[in-house]
Amino acid sequence: MTETKQIVMPGDPIDGSLGKPRNGVYKCGDQQFCSSYFGIVQVSDQFIDVVPFSGPYYPRRGDKVIGKVIEVGPSMWTIDINSPYHTLMHMNDTPWRTNAGDIKKYLAPGDYIYAKVMTLNDIRESWITLKDVGLRKLEGGHMTSVSAPKVPRIIGKGGSMVNMIKDATGTRIVVGQNGLIWIDGESENVMIAISAVKMVENEAHTTGLTDRMQKYLNEVKGGVNGNSK
Amino acid sequence: MGTASDIKLIDEKGIRIDGRSLSELRPIKIETDVLERADGSAYIEWGGNKIMVAVYGPREAYPKHTQDIDKAVIKARYNMAAFSVDERKRPGPDRRSVEISKVISEALQCAIIVEQFPRAQIDVYIEVLQADAGTRIAGLTAASVAVAAAGIPMRDLVVGCTAGKVDGKIVLDLGKEEDNFGQADLPMGILAKSGKIVLMQMDGDLTAEEFDEATTMIYDATKRINDIQREALAGKYRALAMERGGE
Repeated sequence: MTETKQIVMPGDPIDGSLGKPRNGVYKCGDQQFCSSYFGIVQVSDQFIDVVPFSGPYYPRRGDKVIGKVIEVGPSMWTIDINSPYHTLMHMNDTPWRTNAGDIKKYLAPGDYIYAKVMTLNDIRESWITLKDVGLRKLEGGHMTSVSAPKVPRIIGKGGSMVNMIKDATGTRIVVGQNGLIWIDGESENVMIAISAVKMVENEAHTTGLTDRMQKYLNEVKGGVNGNSK
Repeated sequence: MGTASDIKLIDEKGIRIDGRSLSELRPIKIETDVLERADGSAYIEWGGNKIMVAVYGPREAYPKHTQDIDKAVIKARYNMAAFSVDERKRPGPDRRSVEISKVISEALQCAIIVEQFPRAQIDVYIEVLQADAGTRIAGLTAASVAVAAAGIPMRDLVVGCTAGKVDGKIVLDLGKEEDNFGQADLPMGILAKSGKIVLMQMDGDLTAEEFDEATTMIYDATKRINDIQREALAGKYRALAMERGGE
C-alpha cells in the first residue's frame, strides 16, 4: 500500500484518477470530486479517502465501541458513545437474565461498556448490543479519549501499535472505534500508556510513527524501572 | 452611514485615513484551536477587530421542536462584549446581534453539509471582544475556520469581506471612521472555491456601476483572505509533519 499525505481543505479538488473516491469526498460538478473535510488525503490500492484531523464519531454497523451509561429506563439503557446522537441498548441484548424495571443493578449511570453497534437507521438512531464475544462491562481501569478519525492509527496495521504499547507498559487496553480508550494496570504504567496514546494522536499524520513510538517507549520504560528500584 | 462630517477620509493621493490604499486590506491574523473544550475554535484579529469563535457539535438538537428530520440546524450566536466598543454596550442580545446571528447561521448553512446530520444542531458562538467595523464578516471568516477545525464536513470555506463608498470612491474593507462617515457599506460572504454568494447586505446607496466595482474588489480580496484561512488551519500540521518526516 502506498501512502501519500497531502493536507486538504473543504472544497479542494481531489484527483479522481488515483483511485475511487470514497470517504470524506463529495461530488462537485461533472466528474469532479472535492474534499469535504480539513484533513489528509489517503490513497490506498483502489480508493481515495480524506481523513479529517478531528471530528465526531459516526456509528457504523458492526463497530465495537466504548459507551458510557447515562440513563436507565425500565427496559433500556441510554448510552453515550461519543457521537452526535445517543444510542440505546435493550435489556434483551445483554448476556444477563434481566427483568424489566430492575436493570439498574446490572448497569448504572456512569458505567462503561464495550459494545457492538447492532442497527442503524436513516435518521441516525442506533442500537447497540453486548451479545458477542469479548463484549462486556468495563470494570476498573482508566478512560482516555482520542478523536475518532485517529483510531485506525492508534490500532496500527493489524493492531501493531496498540500491541506495542500493551507489551511495553504491561497494561490491558481496549480501544473503541469511537475514540474512547480503556486502560487498566499499574497506575504509573497507565500514565505512560496514556501519554503514548496522546503522542500517537498528535502525530497521526506523520510517517515513521511506529519506529519513533518504539524508541519513546524504550526510553520511558527505562525511566520507570529506574525509579521503582 | 452618511453622517455629515467635514473629516477628509481620503487625501489627494488616494491614501485613506489609516494610511491604506483604496484596495488594501487591514492586517489579518487567524489562529485555530485556541480553546481546549470546544470541538473547534478560532481567534481572528482583523485590523482592530478581535473575535473569538467556538464551535460545538454536531449534537442532538434541543429543545426537540427545533430538530429537523432531514438536516442539522446551525445555531450561530453573535455577541458583542460590553467592553468591545467605545461606549459600554448593554450586554445581551439586541436587534442588531439577532440579525447578524441569523445571517451568519444562514451563510454557514450553505457551506456545511447539513444533510449528514439529521436531528442535530451545530452551535457556533461568536464573541466580539473588540469591535472596529466589519465584525460580521470577520466573525463569519473565523467561524468557517473553526467549523473546519472541528472536523465538520463542509462543501467549501466561507470568506467574508466588505467594500463601501467613502468620499465618493469605492474602497475595500472599511475601517471604523469610514464606516461611520462613509456613504455605503457592502459586506459579503463568499464560498472560497465556487465563488457563490452566501451573505450580502448593503447599507447606504451604490449605483449599479459602483456595485460592480465593489463586488469585483471583494472577490479579489477574498482570495487573499482565503490564503490566510488555509495557512491558519494547515500551518501547524505541516510544521509538525516537516519536523517528524512525512508530507
